[in-house]
Amino acid sequence: MAILEQRQKQVYTKGQSVFEMECNKPSLAGSVSQRACVFCGSRVVLYPIADAVHLVHGPIGCAAYTWDIRGALSSGPELHRLSFSTDLQELDVINGGEQKLYCALSELIDRYHPNAAFVYSTCIIGVIGDDVAAVCKKVSLEKGIPVLPVDSEGFKGTKKDGYRAACSALFKLTGQIPVDNMSQYSMNIMGEFNIAGETWLIRSYYENMGIQVVSCLTGDTRIDDIQRSHGAALNVVQCSGSMVYLAKMFEEHYGTPYLRVAYFGIEDMSEALYSVAKFFKDPEIMRRARELVREEVEVIYPKLLEYQQKLTGKRAAVYVGGAFKAFALVRALRLLGMKVVMVGSQTGNKDDYQQLRNICDEGTIIVDDSNPLELSAFLREQEVDLFIGGVKERPLAYKLGIGFCDHNHERKKPLAGFAGMLNFAAEIYSSVHSPVWRLSPYRQKSNQDAADKTDFQDSKACVFDSPTGFSRVYKNA
Amino acid sequence: MANCDEALKNASVVTTNACKLCTPLGACIAIRGIEGAMPMLHGSQGCATYMRRYVISHFREPIDIASSNFTENTTIFGGKGNLATGLNNVIAQYNPDLIGVATTCLSETIGEDLPSLIKQYQTETEAQKQPFIIPISTPSYRGTHINGFQTAVRAVVAGLAKEDLPQKQLNILPGLVSPADIYYIKEILAEYGLKYALLPDYSETLDGPTWDEYQSIPAGGTPIAAIQSMGSAVGTLEFGRTLDSGQTAGGLLQERFKVPNYLLGMPIGVRGTDQFFEVLKTITRQDMPNKYRYERGRLIDAYIDGHKYVFEKKAVVYGEEDLVAGLAGFLAEVGIIPVLCASGGKSGRLSQAIREAAPEIADQVMVQEGIDFMEIAEETERLGADLLIGNSKGYQIARSLKIPLIRVGFPIHDRFGGQRLLHLGYRGTGELFDRIVNAILAHRQEASPVGYSYL
Ligand code: SF4
Ligand code: SF4
Repeated sequence: MAILEQRQKQVYTKGQSVFEMECNKPSLAGSVSQRACVFCGSRVVLYPIADAVHLVHGPIGCAAYTWDIRGALSSGPELHRLSFSTDLQELDVINGGEQKLYCALSELIDRYHPNAAFVYSTCIIGVIGDDVAAVCKKVSLEKGIPVLPVDSEGFKGTKKDGYRAACSALFKLTGQIPVDNMSQYSMNIMGEFNIAGETWLIRSYYENMGIQVVSCLTGDTRIDDIQRSHGAALNVVQCSGSMVYLAKMFEEHYGTPYLRVAYFGIEDMSEALYSVAKFFKDPEIMRRARELVREEVEVIYPKLLEYQQKLTGKRAAVYVGGAFKAFALVRALRLLGMKVVMVGSQTGNKDDYQQLRNICDEGTIIVDDSNPLELSAFLREQEVDLFIGGVKERPLAYKLGIGFCDHNHERKKPLAGFAGMLNFAAEIYSSVHSPVWRLSPYRQKSNQDAADKTDFQDSKACVFDSPTGFSRVYKNA
Repeated sequence: MANCDEALKNASVVTTNACKLCTPLGACIAIRGIEGAMPMLHGSQGCATYMRRYVISHFREPIDIASSNFTENTTIFGGKGNLATGLNNVIAQYNPDLIGVATTCLSETIGEDLPSLIKQYQTETEAQKQPFIIPISTPSYRGTHINGFQTAVRAVVAGLAKEDLPQKQLNILPGLVSPADIYYIKEILAEYGLKYALLPDYSETLDGPTWDEYQSIPAGGTPIAAIQSMGSAVGTLEFGRTLDSGQTAGGLLQERFKVPNYLLGMPIGVRGTDQFFEVLKTITRQDMPNKYRYERGRLIDAYIDGHKYVFEKKAVVYGEEDLVAGLAGFLAEVGIIPVLCASGGKSGRLSQAIREAAPEIADQVMVQEGIDFMEIAEETERLGADLLIGNSKGYQIARSLKIPLIRVGFPIHDRFGGQRLLHLGYRGTGELFDRIVNAILAHRQEASPVGYSYL
């Protein structure tokens, strides 16, 4: 049993083959991809907007599964935490859903008086021929608020296309009103979704440096913040996968330059603040950035060193949605003395994987759009102590007696920023060093095997020829 | 666009915080309960991933669901090629004994004829050992996850059950219950020394032990041989008063193989469980084992010990229709009035089921089908309910009205151990009763200015 033939070029082991990574392609049918869909990408980006109605147009599931699943916090209204669906029924599918959509929108706007509404098209909407844009336009005129269609039919690409659809919807909100009174040192935070309050943390750093934050796209944001966002002097984009599209639109239309940054780990976090300071070419801002970094690092560094001592040499695997997060995690894990032996993403592109290859050690497995069977094989073969992923990856780790850290949008603890790095280290430590693994039969067995093996370095060379690979146990039971 | 009053007919046209899930999710859970089986969705990738996420968050077990991964081209030209690739890859990776292929809204809307596509695949694929491939029709614009679950069970039985196999057995179709419930039913049946087919049995696949070997398809599940011999059973016990008996697996077995079908409510409460044991007696001619007679006595003893705490408390009960009806029967026994019995499902039979399960209080109960959580919230407040009983999605209501929520059923996303919650039988009812009484006591204790430590 091996990796499916059509997927073999989506897996690469550094130092063992030529690097000709394939990626950016639709998931292979029957491969059991961990990816979601276009709609999911749009939801990630727009969901945190708390004073807008988010109406999912389609049958019930797409809305039900995304009800309040993300930990994006709001300091005010919480409309985003409600799940609205047109819940299409058989007759709607036959006769079209426009009428229902129109009535649903009108009802929601009358009920909640939101500052805008987003309408997400799910898979069947195009197929049944609904003209969502026309309905949105009509309701927008009637109710006097922006009503924006989001072209997020699930099958029309991947999560990345969903980001793009969301960015186009956001962009339509900008450039409508005049903006003045903005500091020359002003910026938008892009690609930060305020999971567990992270945007608040990041925003406070920039403000402490003396920069005016015009809007956060989209963590704890409001429609009128977004409407003023084109007045900012700079866009700072995190997790470039999701919002670089918007930054590029700003650059093209408003001439706003942008910087790419990441907020995970001390290095990336400090680098983000310095690069913004550098951009503004103001010595005072740079001085404050330095001071801030020094103060923050002074607080967390001694504690991080303690964790580092306990984690040094442990082996980690990373599988996340976007490649940018993977880079940041590889660096953050290194800081803790850990060795990253597998890293993958759902939607990385060729450049991303090239970059991952450059920063990884020999023997590291790099994978695109993986699936549970492959991931469990990598975890076993690479003798991993800690796996970082999302909810779907968690049980794979646990069943194999491996520690796990959730780095998805559902987590409830901030992992970004300086304070977040400490949380991250604490979470890893608490999973890797839990005494429960001592009881895991899989772990006991592999420890035994390792002790028995004289040449286990060699055994790692052929990942897929392991004697434990893919066997079905119950058949012999 | 026409006037919305017409479309609205006084009700809301928007579903806000749905009290139901979509059809293929139920089908996938059911397929996970068959030994060596893999669920696959015929449609786009997102549906499979969202369902996996949702199910994993409750059961905390791996659950792989394949997808035929529709793209724009598939949607225009049809899913035949993707289906074949998908099946080939699932077979290559998992070597399953059975693949349950459920449709999604998309494949249904473009009019895919899944049964004939599967037939074509089977004839076009050369000899090598092929798994059973079962088509399951589950558009979500028709029904809820419960319909998907039942459709899958029926489709599997229709595809596999045979007659005239030598061994006699009992069939039991419990519906969507917890792994703990399934473990318990199996314990009861073992006590009778019966051969049985319990379908689906996801007790081990969705609440199994930790591994010592990697398992691509987790061990456990109803053996395929047991499903095949369902046609020669002495009887079928099917839990579900709100099911359309003509459309269930039990109904099919009765019609096709003359296996008598006993359609029962969920065995919750003394009465509900008594009925279950009575049917077992009818079929097996064996009395209730002493062990359960004893459990029954202890349950009634607990009712008596706790009766004052719960008397005439007003409860709002929501979730799957049959769970709601079963709970109503139990609540009536202890003096709790389920003032609102609500479900996102729309069988049209919930009122009748409650009348059967809890005749003594039926006229004090408001029954609502096709409800969502916004409506449940409004009604809960209006009725001045003292407690909520249902899945974890009612938490926001409990929080804002400051009343306790007793978590039952699926999903439980904000507490640990949902898969291990027992609801059925005398034992499950006992545990449920303890939790209800304790929730009421805790609520009183927290609200009290005195802070009694002895209640
Ligand atoms: S499209 Fe249908 S099957 Fe897919 S998630 Fe939505 S409701 Fe469920
Ligand atoms: S129906 Fe389409 S949009 Fe909805 S979850 Fe499935 S793939 Fe995504």
